[in-house]
Amino acid sequence: MALNCQHVWEHISEYIDDTLDPQLRAEVERHLATCEICSAIVDSTRNILILMADERVFELPLDFSKRLHARLDDVLKHEGPEPLGIGP
Amino acid sequence: MTSPAPVDPRETASEQELIASIIAGQRDNFHLLIRPYETQLYRTAFALMRNEAEAEDVVQDAVLKAYRKLASFRGDSKFSTWLIAITLNEARARLRRENRVMIDSLDAQPEERGDFTPAALTDWREVPLAALERQEIRELVQSAVAQLPDAYREIVTLRDVEELSVNETAALLGISISLVKVRLHRARMMLQKKLVPHLKQIGKKASKSRVFGRLPWL
Repeated sequence: MALNCQHVWEHISEYIDDTLDPQLRAEVERHLATCEICSAIVDSTRNILILMADERVFELPLDFSKRLHARLDDVLKHEGPEPLGIGP
Repeated sequence: MTSPAPVDPRETASEQELIASIIAGQRDNFHLLIRPYETQLYRTAFALMRNEAEAEDVVQDAVLKAYRKLASFRGDSKFSTWLIAITLNEARARLRRENRVMIDSLDAQPEERGDFTPAALTDWREVPLAALERQEIRELVQSAVAQLPDAYREIVTLRDVEELSVNETAALLGISISLVKVRLHRARMMLQKKLVPHLKQIGKKASKSRVFGRLPWL
């Protein structure tokens, strides 16, 4: 049975992650080969995922690391890790 | 529930040695141990807190907790997963203290089930990574993520920003793999719908500028 556009939209995420079962994947691919709109939806979604994973999007605040390690230093100077069995 | 992601012994050998050395008294090695994960922890915290200063506080508290509890890390999950779990707990505890409870049950919300129509287009031109040099583009992506419902934002951050596997995401959030997949799909389609109309313009500009770049007289 040929998939229509709406059926294909339901599987876009799994199609991109390559977790569809082979038969369904083949059907989605058959549809994409002839449907310009669905191919553009898949391509645009994939493009957005690539942009989101880029480290420039969610950058660390300035001097984040410096402050984190300074705070750690204060603690490291005075305490070691707790021995097992203490606390929750 | 799902089992934790398999641990590759080659990747963790030096990490295990570092951990052992810290517990044995070389405390300063803890700096080295957490350095590779700072960005990941910040993004996790930011996904929940949606505020830079609060996310930073959460990471600091989580890292201190990880240091104090280091002896209880058993190595049956990745160290990074353990750190992220502590960070998620810290962030949630803070939200609870401030009565900003995360809405974890989306099942009652219509978007979990209802049909979803993505932004349809026929002339998508890829937006190059170089576009992220522009602050407006970064802000566009950030704000689209920030506007997602809490549970979707959490999943999309773990899976698509931090690039954890579906299994790791499920284990961290204590939900089934199939629920991760459903929410991830919804979240991605929401982002597609929100971002594509804006990004489309940028894609056009970018492809034009590539053409102009080849024509030095323009």
